[in-house]
Order: sequence, then structure tokens, then C-alpha cells
Amino acid sequence: MAWQRGATRNRPLEERVDLSLSTRSEGDRTVVAVGGEIDVYTAPKLREHLIDLVSGGAHHIIVDMERVDFLDSTGLGVLVGALKRVRSEDGSLDLVCTQDRILKIFRITGLTKVFPIHASVDEALAAAD
Amino acid sequence: MAVIEVSFSALPAHVRTARLVALAVARRAGVPEDTLEEVRLAVGEACSRAVGLHVAHAPQAPVSMQILDGNHAFAVEVSDVGPLEDDDPEVMLAALDLDAVTSAIGTGDYLEGVPPGFGLAVIGGLVEDVEIRRDASRTCVRMTWPVDQNPVG
Repeated sequence: MAWQRGATRNRPLEERVDLSLSTRSEGDRTVVAVGGEIDVYTAPKLREHLIDLVSGGAHHIIVDMERVDFLDSTGLGVLVGALKRVRSEDGSLDLVCTQDRILKIFRITGLTKVFPIHASVDEALAAAD
Repeated sequence: MAVIEVSFSALPAHVRTARLVALAVARRAGVPEDTLEEVRLAVGEACSRAVGLHVAHAPQAPVSMQILDGNHAFAVEVSDVGPLEDDDPEVMLAALDLDAVTSAIGTGDYLEGVPPGFGLAVIGGLVEDVEIRRDASRTCVRMTWPVDQNPVG
């Protein structure tokens, strides 16, 4: 699949993890596109990536979850942890998600009240302006 | 009553395998298509929780998942040898209270950003029929879904 190729192009020898991450800057925002499954196995990779971004000065992060196929509470924990980190730097963490199966876990945990969730990256960027 | 038992080492990588097995059996058992995603997520939560407890308390012991298919129901029971998140049944029930869990987010200093019991709370929010049993040595989380039909075989 195309997203897997794109996500692993910088790490051709990395072990096979069913999670892809690609990051780009949009003005002062950092957009992290996540693909695949975020679970107890892959969540540490996402956590490490987000910690590196915040440590590197990215304090306004948009996580694009449109290509996430699976998200469990471990993944939610990573997102909540990242939210705490950016807030401690007066930053923000917005999510992009329209998939009902992913949105469902945000709804049942009440986290829709914690995270701003947008329908597209453009919408998230516009909301930040 | 058909029974499938899966026993796996307490490694995060195996949770995906357990999810896939449960999903395949659920589909074959006749669990409605629009419920399969719920099965996948709930089984993943139960297995993640069990793996986490084993890693902390009994890394050599395998996690056990039993899948039961019959009597117009499909059930998955995940057993672990770790302690329940809290000994106090009242606190355990509070952990299943989604509002309580959600309000705890952001106030505690939890490594992963969510409090203990969050996985159980997600299961409680997802699955209507959840039973948590505990004896001297293990905790069992049993989740049951109705099935539309009973396929032959």
C-alpha cells in the first residue's frame, strides 16, 4: 500500500510495525499523518515520535488519523499524554478524523470533549488561525 | 458449544493476533457485521490489559483467551494472573464509570495519560454484556454478544 511505502522511506530497515508516521510543517503547525493500527504494540512508536516532536520545539501538533485502521485505549493514552505535554508548553493538539469506528472510542470515553476533532487537515489549520 | 482456546506469551505483538483470531471466529459464528468492529476492539482491550498485567506481575505466564460459540451467543473470555486494578469492588465499579474515568484524565500523573482501569472502562462502554470474575489467582473478563444465526459446522 502506498502509505506504507511513504511512511517507511526514511527507515527502510526498521522492523515491520503496523503503524506509519509521516510529519510535515504547515506554518507553525506540525502535521503528523498516522496510518495503520495504534495498539499496545505500536503505541510506543507513536509516543516516542510525539515526545521527540515536542522536545524539538513543535508545540502545535495536528494528528491526522484518517488512515488509522484501529485505535485502542493504549493509543488514546498516548494522545492524552501528548496533549498534556503540548499544553505544558502552551501548545495545542488537534485531531483529524472522520471515520466512525475511530470516533466511536473517543465518544464512549468522553474524549471528544478533550480533543478538538476536525474533518480535514485544512479545517484543523483554519481553526488554528 | 464450540470452544477455541488461544494461549499466548505476554507480548504486545501477540495482541493483534488474538484480535484477528477472535474476529475470524466471530464472523464465522454469525456475529452481525456491524458488531464485528466492537468485538475486535473489546477483545483487543481485554488482551492489552492482560498483557500489561502479566508484564508487570507474571511475565513468564501466558495469557489465555477462550472463545465460546453456541446457544445463540458468542463469548470471549480473557484470563490473566494479575491483580484487578483495585481490590475494592466499589472502586472497580467506579473504574467502569466512564464519566469518572474521563474526569480523571488530565488530573492524574499517569505514565500513559490515562488512569488504571481505563481499558476496562472502554470495554464496559462498548459491550453490553460484560462479566468480570475474580478468584484467588486470576481475573477473567468475559464479553458476550448475541448472534443472528447458527451456521452449520
